[in-house]
Amino acid sequence: MTSEPIIAIRGLRKTYHVGDVDVHALRGVDLDVQPGEFVSVVGPSGSGKSTLFHIVGGLTHPTSGTIQIAGRDLFGMSDAERTDLRKTTVGFVFQRYNLLPTLTARENIEIARDIARGNGPLPPEFLDVLKLLGIEGRLDHKPRALSGGEQQRVAIARAIVNHPAILLADEPTGNLDTENSNAVLALLRDLNTRLGQTILMITHNPEAASYGDRIVRMRDGHIE
Amino acid sequence: MRTLIGIVVIGIQVTLVLTLVGLREGIVNDQTSRARGVGADIMVRPPSSSVVSMSGGMPARVATRIDQQPHVKISTGVLQQGTDLFNYVTGLDLAQFNKLSGGFHFLSGGPFQHPDDVMIDGFYAHQHNYHVGDTITLLNKSWRVSGIYEPGMLTRVVVPLDTLQDLTANTGKVSMIYVKLDDPSKTDQVASQLRGVLKDYRIYSMEEFTSLFSVSNVPMLTGFIWVVIGLGVVVGFLAILLSMYTAVLERTREIGVLKALGASPGYILNILLREAVLLAIAGSILGILLSYVTRYVIHNLVPASLIQAIVPEWWPIAGAIAVAGALLGALYPGLKAARQDPIEALAYD
Repeated sequence: MTSEPIIAIRGLRKTYHVGDVDVHALRGVDLDVQPGEFVSVVGPSGSGKSTLFHIVGGLTHPTSGTIQIAGRDLFGMSDAERTDLRKTTVGFVFQRYNLLPTLTARENIEIARDIARGNGPLPPEFLDVLKLLGIEGRLDHKPRALSGGEQQRVAIARAIVNHPAILLADEPTGNLDTENSNAVLALLRDLNTRLGQTILMITHNPEAASYGDRIVRMRDGHIE
Repeated sequence: MRTLIGIVVIGIQVTLVLTLVGLREGIVNDQTSRARGVGADIMVRPPSSSVVSMSGGMPARVATRIDQQPHVKISTGVLQQGTDLFNYVTGLDLAQFNKLSGGFHFLSGGPFQHPDDVMIDGFYAHQHNYHVGDTITLLNKSWRVSGIYEPGMLTRVVVPLDTLQDLTANTGKVSMIYVKLDDPSKTDQVASQLRGVLKDYRIYSMEEFTSLFSVSNVPMLTGFIWVVIGLGVVVGFLAILLSMYTAVLERTREIGVLKALGASPGYILNILLREAVLLAIAGSILGILLSYVTRYVIHNLVPASLIQAIVPEWWPIAGAIAVAGALLGALYPGLKAARQDPIEALAYD
């Protein structure tokens, strides 16, 4: 018996109104992602993969279609409900790391917990995850004292500290050299296989995409 | 740098409030203290006069009638004439005044010997760099400084009564009569008697007289202070508005990140408002410290004209004014940040 998909998308459409012009970023996307699956979404610029990422992450609302994330229907959610979704259901990893520059690595991770649960210090059991990510000795440094690879690993820790159902990674290796890219991708693979983390990764890099269980190709707002 | 500027601007705002309030308190306290310093028990002022009005207005011979009253040890009239915005010169009969007050304590020189002599207090001498033997000009007349006395009594400049009366066309007139009793416990009784004898004249015990030295008796001063406080709030509000607006622009991406992490508009607004409050508190502390600096500067530059007191009761008030202005100033940028679209914010460079 197959389990319910953790992401279930049917006929998803997104239209942006730019001045007098309508931009159809998504033109009816169907996609299922199973719990614990690592899916790579590839496609050229303008294919709609970033828009798909933003909708799944609750950063914007769809125009039409259905989308369920961990059993929650995103269509018709208010801004407050989508904000709530981002606290504990979805975790983000960005191309540019997006760590807060005035906070240490530890504080960057803790602020995610503070926003979600109002708790500060990291639980002792999370130390194992930090060791897995190889950053346990770098937590008291600010981002400017960390390498790109270290910053991205801190960002990954921040994204999973609240045990989200889904980890959304937008070009996570886009700003990294080959060595660090491979290290980060290996870590994501490790999180997926060891911790069962469901991952949806956007990338234009075929080599990075191959780390996923499955590759989904997008073009012109459709899945090919 | 932006934060530092915000703190300094708020600090200046708080300093302004504390300095003005301190000047108000200092001037009133100084006047009270110098009035008490004369050592009189009762003061007699002309009909229709006020506490702050010091011009001539009654015949000097009124003192003769006062001397006839029981328990009156000695009385002496003085004539006071304004010389500038902050100072008066007092004309007095030195011998009579010394009997009443116990005399002046001289820092240098001594009492006037000639009609054109003047005695000045130490603050006045310091402010104007005068010394014994110098010639100074007051009321368009030249005077020789005969002595410099310890501050704390009467006005800062004292001249012979006759000379001042002639100079100001107040021959035979005085502004006020000081009365000393043989028994200070009889003050109220004697004051009551004098009110019966000198109808329409203003008769005050020293306690009554000094209690009337309040801000409310100084025309427009309270209103002026509140206007300046209001301007200070506006300045603080604008400083914080500008500072927080710039902060929100500079931190657009960070705000986008926080929103991506699930921060609600209220969470974002709270961060910015807390930052504004911290700026205001830091600025208030700076302002309090700077008020000591302004007091030092005023005391060293114009000790005879202005006295600034340190008024700790106003520290929380000035701080609250700063915080209120800061919260108002942070509100618009805070709401703007709270309503920012997270996708646009994340894409901001």
